[in-house]
Amino acid sequence: MQDMLKLPIYLDNNATTPMDPRVLEAMLPFFTQHFGNAASRNHQFGWEAEEAVDYAREQVAKLVGADAKEIIFTSGATEADNLAIKGVFEMYASKGNHIITVTTEHKAVLDTCKHIEKVGGEVTYLEVNGDGLIDLTLLEAAIKPTTVLIAIMYANNEIGVVQPIKEIAAIAKKHGILFFTDATQAVGKIPVDVIKDGIDLMAFSSHKMYGPKGIGALYVRRKNPRVKVTAQMDGGGHERGMRSGTLNVPGIVGFGKACEIARLDMEKDTKHIVVLRDKLENALLELEESYLNGNKEHRLPHVSNISFKYVEGEGLMMGFNKNIAVSSGSACTSASLEPSYVLKALGLGDDLAHSSLRFGLSRFTTEEEIDYTIEAVRNTVLKLREMSPLWEMFKEGIDLDTVEWAHH
Amino acid sequence: MAYSDKVIDHYSNPKNVGTLDKSSKSVGTGLVGAPECGDVMRLQIEVDDATGLIKDAKFKTFGCGSAIASSSLATEWLKGKSVDEAVKIDNMDIVEELNLPPVKIHCSVLAEDAIKAAINDYRQKNGLEELTFEQKGVH
Repeated sequence: MQDMLKLPIYLDNNATTPMDPRVLEAMLPFFTQHFGNAASRNHQFGWEAEEAVDYAREQVAKLVGADAKEIIFTSGATEADNLAIKGVFEMYASKGNHIITVTTEHKAVLDTCKHIEKVGGEVTYLEVNGDGLIDLTLLEAAIKPTTVLIAIMYANNEIGVVQPIKEIAAIAKKHGILFFTDATQAVGKIPVDVIKDGIDLMAFSSHKMYGPKGIGALYVRRKNPRVKVTAQMDGGGHERGMRSGTLNVPGIVGFGKACEIARLDMEKDTKHIVVLRDKLENALLELEESYLNGNKEHRLPHVSNISFKYVEGEGLMMGFNKNIAVSSGSACTSASLEPSYVLKALGLGDDLAHSSLRFGLSRFTTEEEIDYTIEAVRNTVLKLREMSPLWEMFKEGIDLDTVEWAHH
Repeated sequence: MAYSDKVIDHYSNPKNVGTLDKSSKSVGTGLVGAPECGDVMRLQIEVDDATGLIKDAKFKTFGCGSAIASSSLATEWLKGKSVDEAVKIDNMDIVEELNLPPVKIHCSVLAEDAIKAAINDYRQKNGLEELTFEQKGVH
């Protein structure tokens, strides 16, 4: 079946997903035909746009068990993260100024928290266990009388580890603290239900679930408790005053369609993806000195993060990146030369962090692609190990930790 | 970031990968970098006792494509040179030859360091004074 294989292969679906053709089809009329401004209340063009937005809002809400009124459209998850954290911090300033988050959060959360610290807030950054999960007792111990928000991601973007969301929500509720989760990687991939999970605010994004880029949402709970956030942009007071700016109607329509497809196809997609992910993972873990990063049980179905010891990640990717797109925890290309902070937070040494690859599958991934990838990655690892002085030293029985390296 | 054709060529067909007998008096070994920095280079030279010329050079590198290419190129350049000539190989020559972007200059510095470390190892083994070099310190 190799002749059916189309190159290059895309296995970086945690970065972004291709748009589903069904989503594109739903969007197209809203560029040239139904181009109205959803806020134009006095003519048909506006009504059409508003109707389309209302329908999409229902589709989005339904996927996550929310009410349509609780969905605030944003430009994406980064904006939703900012709006949730800064918005809660400002709105609840009279209650306190302390926020609890985790060191493995996405930069959109971590950097927003750093901003909060600059403007007089206090932030606790919880460490994670070696498998990427948080320790619930540490979370509860970090709570102070001034704590207003717990911000913990649903699932991690690098290793796919799914946090114990219900338990976190229960702790937050017990202490009367709001719980915000960045669910960008989880929504559309695994069942997420804001009511059952006990989530107060939740950020998620369309382009991680086969929808268009430039559109995302913040779920803001309206009952038990009624949550409010201070708007971060001034303007026309769209989205119940929480997010001004003309609505991105084609984007919203696409997001809605993507949510609907995700809801209807999730079970089928997951079955398909898990089989392929496990095939890939098991084959690659058969290689000597290769290690899975993150908890194996509590994680997303479409991610696998593996370290191939004694081989550097970027060098490894170069062996096949003409034909296969993945990403690496090695940050050899970044100015800082620092490897992934997420992998380091798991307690991995820099050497293992530098040696990691993240494989992200999608509903469109085929078995032929996985077979090709297994072969290509395996061959490159073996080739580079023949070229690696560390591999040679390891094979000679030298403990690399005892070597005195010439640090630059 | 796209790699230059020369980097890709060295990466795909690296020259002189291998190991020389590091206990031999005519072999100098330089091991530079650190695993936690994401690159380690080991570069070895074998000097012809009669002519004083480098008759063989081998490398092994843990690192990105540019690091592998830099060390592969360095071994090519080293062969046939006298030790005194080899000392003069400058990292910027490597940068130019491989078209390395600024973010990859450290790979060339590492290669230059590896050459110098190998030469000093050779000198030390043969009762010669080790040379001192100024640190380029890109890391």
